[in-house]
Amino acid sequence: MDTLLTEDQLDHFRTRAAEIPHPRELVIDVLRAIQGNRGWVPDEGVELAGEILGLSPLQVEEVATFYDKIFRLPVGKRVIHLCDSICCWSRGAEDLYNYLQEKLGIAPGETTVDGVFTLLPTCCLGACGEAPAMMIGLTTYGHLTRERVDEILEMERASAS
Amino acid sequence: MNDTPQVLFKNRRPGETAFLKEYGKTGGYEGLRKAVKMSPAEVRETVKASGLRGRGGAGFSTGLKWSFFPADKPGEKYLVCNADEMEPGTFKDRELLLADPHQLVEGMIVASYALQTQVSYIFIRYAYEQCARNLERAIAEAKEAGFLGKDILGTGFSCDMYVHRSAGRYICGEETALLNALEGLRANPRSKPPFPAVRGLFGQPTTVNNVETLANIQHIVAHGPDWFRGLARTKEGAGTKLYGLSGHLNRTPCLELPIGTTLREIVEEHGGGVWKGRKMKACLPGGASTPYLSAEHLDVPLDFEPVEQAGSRFGTAGVTVFDQTTCMVEATLNLNNFFARESCGWCTPCRDGLPFVSWLLQKIERGEGTMEDIGTLQDQLRNITGTTFCALAQGAVGPIESLLRLFMDEVVDHIKRGRCPLKTG
Repeated sequence: MDTLLTEDQLDHFRTRAAEIPHPRELVIDVLRAIQGNRGWVPDEGVELAGEILGLSPLQVEEVATFYDKIFRLPVGKRVIHLCDSICCWSRGAEDLYNYLQEKLGIAPGETTVDGVFTLLPTCCLGACGEAPAMMIGLTTYGHLTRERVDEILEMERASAS
Repeated sequence: MNDTPQVLFKNRRPGETAFLKEYGKTGGYEGLRKAVKMSPAEVRETVKASGLRGRGGAGFSTGLKWSFFPADKPGEKYLVCNADEMEPGTFKDRELLLADPHQLVEGMIVASYALQTQVSYIFIRYAYEQCARNLERAIAEAKEAGFLGKDILGTGFSCDMYVHRSAGRYICGEETALLNALEGLRANPRSKPPFPAVRGLFGQPTTVNNVETLANIQHIVAHGPDWFRGLARTKEGAGTKLYGLSGHLNRTPCLELPIGTTLREIVEEHGGGVWKGRKMKACLPGGASTPYLSAEHLDVPLDFEPVEQAGSRFGTAGVTVFDQTTCMVEATLNLNNFFARESCGWCTPCRDGLPFVSWLLQKIERGEGTMEDIGTLQDQLRNITGTTFCALAQGAVGPIESLLRLFMDEVVDHIKRGRCPLKTG
């Protein structure tokens, strides 16, 4: 999809921005909606968010670049966030991190040649009782083993194509 | 396995979420019905008398915090729920919201009434999308039933509730950084004073409370402060607590237990013992920013004062256990890397100091450290402590300070042997 925001989304955000006293509070919602459509937030997305909310592109940019779940560069269709915090670390996350790099043939921060997966570290996902855990899109997967990672990648790859 | 009173988890069923129908069956919204028959000041007094302490990590008295709030002054005021749970080892709020989102919604309505706030926000982290959806459904159900919105239960009191989704950063859980994030600004902490109770969200008086704190409010009102105090196992303690177990245990559930349950009971009974038949070497009793406890502390009741007396902090009661094979230098390096990466960069000691600490710990872990590095590490801890806007760096220092206090022999061993003594090969 090459639209930044659908007509419905545009209407919704313009209406909300006019209704509320501090439209700036919607900036993450707008950026997340753009990212939901495009997979990431291009410069035009930053400009559009600014236009809707009455902000300069710089004011949007300084927020967008603060968060690790807003992507200002193109990413794969599925972003793998593997938790490297203490609980996952204690239960073998490092081994899985090496395994994922090996299996996908990429280093952290890179995207696979077929454009399907991007691999990123993340801090705690709040799945400490199911450690080690990772998040792909908005889905959290826990109790990971090498075998389980294989199954999940296969499933995610199939749904991405 | 768990026959202690269940207050917050009473509607919890594996793989299911309780919504209004189930919530109503177990006394849901009775606390609100009772609260609106009291004056807001009476509700605040009841919470103060209950001894409830904030469940987000700092443990400040909720009633005392509320007493600083200008509830009786007219004008716009806000209640904000902090659902930015991102402290490693802490997953209690997620479990609560997955199981029973009305616990939070009702608690927030009662708190809004007590504080006379007109608008409340739930600031929720990026990774908790299912929790956010559960809350949106619970809010819609509460509105439909007349518990939320205009003229609640015919009392003339009105309040609205919104879910605000974030985009991932640990610092957003810091009270004032959260307010900036909610306003659509970069999530840097604010200088205090003025405190949020005076000037908070959009410049108006604001109270920020944790999910678990707010979820307790309606129960305190419904059953009274004495009942709440009686739930704890310690004399000073009050209420139950959601304990999240993680690390090297056979079982790693999140459980509701009386406050003051001992570390031994948590490890041996609820956690099923240390995995692989090993022994506990250390644990973080309340999340990644709390100093380690060691096997000597197994009989410490997990409540605010006893844990503090043992040299750590109760924090969020996210108990992470490490077995005897764990290299404590490496574990501490992992913890510090987290804080270094999640520093918002606003204050120099945090932005530059934490990466330097990581560099020193890595040097020691690799066997390249010198005895002088220990002194430099201690210097750094002193330089970082108390020199920043918020408590992130202060929290990061906790595990390192306790590494040097409890496991100095192991640190020195790394230096003397020129390698990690716990790694083979």
